Amino acid sequence: MSTLEIKDLHVTIEGKEILKGVNLTMKTGEIHAIMGPNGTGKSTLSESIMGNPAYKITQGDVLLDGESLLDKPVDERARLGLFLAMQYPAEIPGVTNAEFIRGAINARRPKEDPISIRKFLKELSKIMNFLDMTDEMAERYLNEGFSGGEKKRNEILQMMMIKPKFAILDEIDSGLDIDALKVVSKGVNEMRGSEFSALIITHYQRLLNYIVPDVVHVMMGGKIVKTGGPELAKKLEDEGYAGLRDELGLDIKLTDENA
Amino acid sequence: MTEKIPELGGEYKYGFKDDIKPIYTTGEGLTEEIVRKISEAKNEPEWMLDFRLKAYETYKNLSMPDFGPDLSPLDFEHINYFRRDSEGVARDWDEVPEEIKKTFDRLGVPQAERKYLAGSSAQYESEVVYHNMREDFDKLGIVFMDTDSAVKEYPELVKKYFGKLVSPSDNKMAALNSAVWSGGSFIYVPKNVKVNVPIQSYFRINAGNSGQFERTLIIVDEGASINYVEGCTAPNYSKDSLHAAVVEVYCLKDSYCRYTTIQNWSDNVYSLETKRARALENATMEWVDGNLGSKVTMKYPSVYLDGKGARGTMLSIAFAGKDIDSDTGARMIHNAPNTTSSIVSKSLCKDGGRVDYRGHVRFGRKSDGSFAHVECDTIIMDDKSASDTIPYNEILNGNVSMEHEAKVSKISEEQLYYLMSRGIPEEKATEMIVMGFVEPFTKELPMEYAVELNRLINYQMEGSVG
Repeated sequence: MSTLEIKDLHVTIEGKEILKGVNLTMKTGEIHAIMGPNGTGKSTLSESIMGNPAYKITQGDVLLDGESLLDKPVDERARLGLFLAMQYPAEIPGVTNAEFIRGAINARRPKEDPISIRKFLKELSKIMNFLDMTDEMAERYLNEGFSGGEKKRNEILQMMMIKPKFAILDEIDSGLDIDALKVVSKGVNEMRGSEFSALIITHYQRLLNYIVPDVVHVMMGGKIVKTGGPELAKKLEDEGYAGLRDELGLDIKLTDENA
Repeated sequence: MTEKIPELGGEYKYGFKDDIKPIYTTGEGLTEEIVRKISEAKNEPEWMLDFRLKAYETYKNLSMPDFGPDLSPLDFEHINYFRRDSEGVARDWDEVPEEIKKTFDRLGVPQAERKYLAGSSAQYESEVVYHNMREDFDKLGIVFMDTDSAVKEYPELVKKYFGKLVSPSDNKMAALNSAVWSGGSFIYVPKNVKVNVPIQSYFRINAGNSGQFERTLIIVDEGASINYVEGCTAPNYSKDSLHAAVVEVYCLKDSYCRYTTIQNWSDNVYSLETKRARALENATMEWVDGNLGSKVTMKYPSVYLDGKGARGTMLSIAFAGKDIDSDTGARMIHNAPNTTSSIVSKSLCKDGGRVDYRGHVRFGRKSDGSFAHVECDTIIMDDKSASDTIPYNEILNGNVSMEHEAKVSKISEEQLYYLMSRGIPEEKATEMIVMGFVEPFTKELPMEYAVELNRLINYQMEGSVG
């Protein structure tokens, strides 16, 4: 079993403090969800855990099995078992999807022992099939010209091929129709098990009907303000973020709130 | 091996040289006497000697280009303009002199021929030492030989086309080539004959402070097609060498020619070339041009679109590393209605290299309904390196259209982060992005060349992440 621990995390972007002390502990085998209104720092949290150099950590720590990740670059964190399904994956012309995923797998293996091409293609084809992706998606250039839904599916494909210990899914449901949402959820559910943990970041409760979390956190104003079970998500759906804020007596202005 | 080869960071693997004594050489420097000696050594007809002598006069009167890289270190007084290393052109590898054969064996030239070529030739210093053509293509009437032999065997064709597209007065290096030219390929493809596998020539400079002035002439007759590939390498010497080629390609009505060059000279070679093609009605001329290495490259292959509906394309990559100045581009001259052209130029520079695109698109008065597309993409890999895009457009007809896109960037942080977030180390991720960047080029190459080019770029990329 592995543990990912976020301790009193403070993060600044362009001089502005976005995260103001986030605490969160996840163990493999658990699915966590973070819900929260726009502009509350959910994406900042995921990018900071992954190690995006654009985000500056001013205080606190991120620990994997007790070891701090803060001085490790993003590629090393990935090889240690972290994965981030991005909200806006980069497009890379000239590099095929298959070539890229194989590169990612081989980065985790000794140089003299790369995965056999046959074995790789077999596995890739199996998972693409599972995610209702056509074979030609393997030979297309990475994310180039992919629709929003194709990009999200492709993130899940990578996750299933790489098999991380901790996957952060940053608004994997945004811009997805119901069919794509089901496919993406199917992928995450397939990964569920004692060796896998996911942190699902979303605005909406809808996704959590398909991927039922063990723990739900609510984030507002750069902090986790409430933690509970799946019923917390349902309550939010009924009462809204403003309702919860008022109940908790927090002095936070929500971005989308009318003045 | 006589001299110790200077280190190039261990990158340039063709830097070896062989100890070969020339059979004949005109020595250093150039005079009218030497021009006569070259002609005499080749036992040329009078008309070719006349052409050379006139070109030599033109050469003396012209000045060096007033644009682009610094050519002042080039020491014309001490260049060896002609040297002969073999008694003649062999048709069989066994007849090639042993030392020369070893060189080409190491370069993989005969192996490539056996595997996938319709014909192959190899030029060593001034002259072609080996030439062969697959029998089935020979039977179709295709002529493929060194240009020196063509002067004697096909004088009418040579007289009709030689020096007509690139006249000696075009530029100083073209004049020099016209005066001292030696070797190069002559190809004639008869009407409606299509050669679907490549014909290859390999050019090798082996001696220091020497000049290679090959002269290539390709005539693709009506409805015919040809795919010609050339590769170039040289050893590393402390003294500079000069490669000043002239290439003329004639694409007659409805014909097709693709001319692919992979130039990988060592970093002491000045490569100053004049490459020009003429495309007549509905003909297609495609230049595919890869430039790695060499100290200075100046090369702007052009297509004169002289027949209606003619097409011209240029697809190039240039990679300039330390101390390399690459000034390359293309020229598309639209002289007839409904002609189209496309220039796609991809450039990379690192370690203080300089890579410039210099292009010229001209729509003449008769170019109604013509279209040109120009796309220049550059990646500058560090702060020491530089790049400029210098397009020049001349439009003398209102009924034409043109697109121009130019993009200069560094390796995208966003792309790098994405690849690395999957566990791929920075160096490998950078290499993937660069390979992806040149992919539109490599996918157009014959497979063996694509593999080789990828390997060369990998060498160049080594240690690029500090």
